[in-house]
Amino acid sequence: MRKNYERSLKALQDEVLVMGSMVEKAILRSMEALKNRDLELARQIIAEDNAINQKRFDIEEQCVELIATQQPMAGDLRVIIAILNMVVDLERIGDHAEGVAKIAIMIGDEPPIKPLIDLPRMAERASQMLREALDAFIRRDVLVAKKICDDDEEVDNLYNQVFRELLLIMAENPKTIGRATRLIWVAHNLERSADRITNICERVVFIATGHMEDIGASKY
Amino acid sequence: MNITDLVNEKIPGLPPKNTQLGGKLRLEQVNLYYGSFRAVKDISLDIDTCSITAIIGPSGCGKSSMLRLFNRMNDLIASARVEGLVEFDGVDIYQPGVDVVELRKRVGMVFQKPNPFPMSIYDNVAFGPRRHGIRNKRALDEIVEKSLGQAALWDEVKDKLDQSGLSISGGQQQRLCIARVLAVEPEVILMDEPCSALDPIATLKIEDLMRTLTSTYTIVIVTHNMQQAARVSDMTAFLMVDDDRAGTLVEYGITSEIFTNPKNQKTEDYITGRFG
Amino acid sequence: MPGSSTKSRYLTQKASMALLVTATLLVVVPIILIIIYMIANGYSALSWDFLTQPPAQAGKAGGILPAIVGTIYLMLGTIIFALPVGVTAGIYLSEYARNNWVTRLVNMAIINLAGVPSIVFGLFGLGVFVMTFNLGMSLIAASLTLAAQALAMTITTSREAITAVPKEYREGSLAIGVSRWQTIRYVVLPQASPGILTGAILAMSRAAGETAPIIVVGAAFLVGGLPGSPFDRFMALPYHLYTVSAHIPGMPADIKWGVALVLIAMVLFFNILVTLVRFKSRKR
Repeated sequence: MRKNYERSLKALQDEVLVMGSMVEKAILRSMEALKNRDLELARQIIAEDNAINQKRFDIEEQCVELIATQQPMAGDLRVIIAILNMVVDLERIGDHAEGVAKIAIMIGDEPPIKPLIDLPRMAERASQMLREALDAFIRRDVLVAKKICDDDEEVDNLYNQVFRELLLIMAENPKTIGRATRLIWVAHNLERSADRITNICERVVFIATGHMEDIGASKY
Repeated sequence: MNITDLVNEKIPGLPPKNTQLGGKLRLEQVNLYYGSFRAVKDISLDIDTCSITAIIGPSGCGKSSMLRLFNRMNDLIASARVEGLVEFDGVDIYQPGVDVVELRKRVGMVFQKPNPFPMSIYDNVAFGPRRHGIRNKRALDEIVEKSLGQAALWDEVKDKLDQSGLSISGGQQQRLCIARVLAVEPEVILMDEPCSALDPIATLKIEDLMRTLTSTYTIVIVTHNMQQAARVSDMTAFLMVDDDRAGTLVEYGITSEIFTNPKNQKTEDYITGRFG
Repeated sequence: MPGSSTKSRYLTQKASMALLVTATLLVVVPIILIIIYMIANGYSALSWDFLTQPPAQAGKAGGILPAIVGTIYLMLGTIIFALPVGVTAGIYLSEYARNNWVTRLVNMAIINLAGVPSIVFGLFGLGVFVMTFNLGMSLIAASLTLAAQALAMTITTSREAITAVPKEYREGSLAIGVSRWQTIRYVVLPQASPGILTGAILAMSRAAGETAPIIVVGAAFLVGGLPGSPFDRFMALPYHLYTVSAHIPGMPADIKWGVALVLIAMVLFFNILVTLVRFKSRKR
């Protein structure tokens, strides 16, 4: 029954996955542009962020239309409301990736102050978390969603590590302050991305249980 | 029947009632048979005073039969037989010695197709009180005005009270039927798909009416329109037929929860339209 | 080919139309012809005296007032006895009787009652009312006899009229705590009354025309004056017509037709009344 409706719901969820993969790529490629000083790639990423924003608006419009025309209830309603919130988080993660690309352009071809190890690892973790979160979304898997929130701790730890290292470098050599600050900002972008991904996981739990919970309690 | 004195609470626009406000209803392990066919199976639920309860479910699942348990309208069918406990204000209404006529005065009913009598609007509303012995013209005038007012119909018909009840629109006829029930001052109003024969505007007017009435009356409404149940009711009961075509209670709970996060998968399937 | 099938369909339509119109005319035309013939032949006998004077010279002169009065009394008597019983039985059968074999038997009996020949009712009346109840050959015995015959119709029409009242009205009344009897009295009966009335009028008009039963039970050809009490003998139009048509030598032809005309006029009058009642109730 309600074949059209089912198709629309499925199409909506597929769109979310498409947007998710766009964002995931943006995280990895922006880090690549930073590592390899690939300014052309960086500019590409900045341009492609428009597509990510547009995707969010498209999905939002589809959600509103579905609510108005199909009066979704219960589980369907929770999915659509969750999607409305998730695309906001996804779009913000996209903005963070764009931020990293912008920093790559700002750094330009200045000499590196240290080899990039932890930052790429953060990006790697973040993109993996996003992949798993979207997978949990499709399968409505509460356990995986909660586990991802634990992984956020690892990203936070990496952030603290990067922060300490760069502070040390800045303290030893004031000439590195500019470049180091920018690198801290990259780490911040990645850490915020991971936080956003835990928000997405909270929405997944909401879809499955009907309740909003605060997962990934702060350690402070 | 026990009539309890309650503190007279002044409700704006209505004179204080001298009997208990609203009425509590209860079903405990109730089965309804038509001959050897079981139409309703092992249903238990409690309906609270001055609430609106919606009964939803696919066609033929026994919703109307269940509604008619509360005012013993099933008695009109010769082969109907009830087992289990049906209580109104704590009294088993199927025990011998219960005055069915008095029961129906306190538990009134509005039907799917508006059925005003072929008399004037005034006579329609005054019918119940007249048959219960009220003859005084002034008293009847008051009752007619009050009931039509409560049914949100007074302004529309106050200048044509002597016109036939059949001369007004469908939505107005249904409100006339509601006024007719209100005129006998019931405690519970049962509504069997009251809006299914009406247009959307008339439907919304009656839904608004229900929300105002609920402060004084207990309302139980059978509806096949889920959005209406979601809009209007405090509690929702979902009925479905099982394998032997008997209606059973699948889930009963707070309306907002039933429609956002039902506990039973069958409820979810029905509400999202995955199952007829 | 489309052209020819359209043509043949057209012809079929026209042919069936012609057939139906002919059938209707076959029914309507004879009645009109009969009425015209009666009027033509009997018109000359009609006069104020004819209608208001008693017969003279063994009916060959004078009027037919006692017969008219007798017929009216008979009609009234029939309905006075047949209507209350008929309505009450109709109420019982449609509202209270359970759908079991007894009820089915009763309904079957009523149907059969309607088919009993009227002379048999006459003998029934003779045996029961005239002799056993010792009412003698009288107006009241005849009224009771005709009432018995009319019962089948009054019960059936009352029952049908009451059953025709939509159950929604009953439900609406019961659902506000009005008792069963009050519902019948104040909702069902008022709604059913046009139908009940129709049945009553039809029964009366049929009683006006009955000949065989009243012969056996009390009708007379020449009676002194108008019936003074229900226990008197009486005259009636159908019997008068029978007698003047066949048993009085030298009866002027126009008098026979005159009597027939009066009788038909009365019956027609009541049938028109029925139509008016039906028309008015449908307008409601």
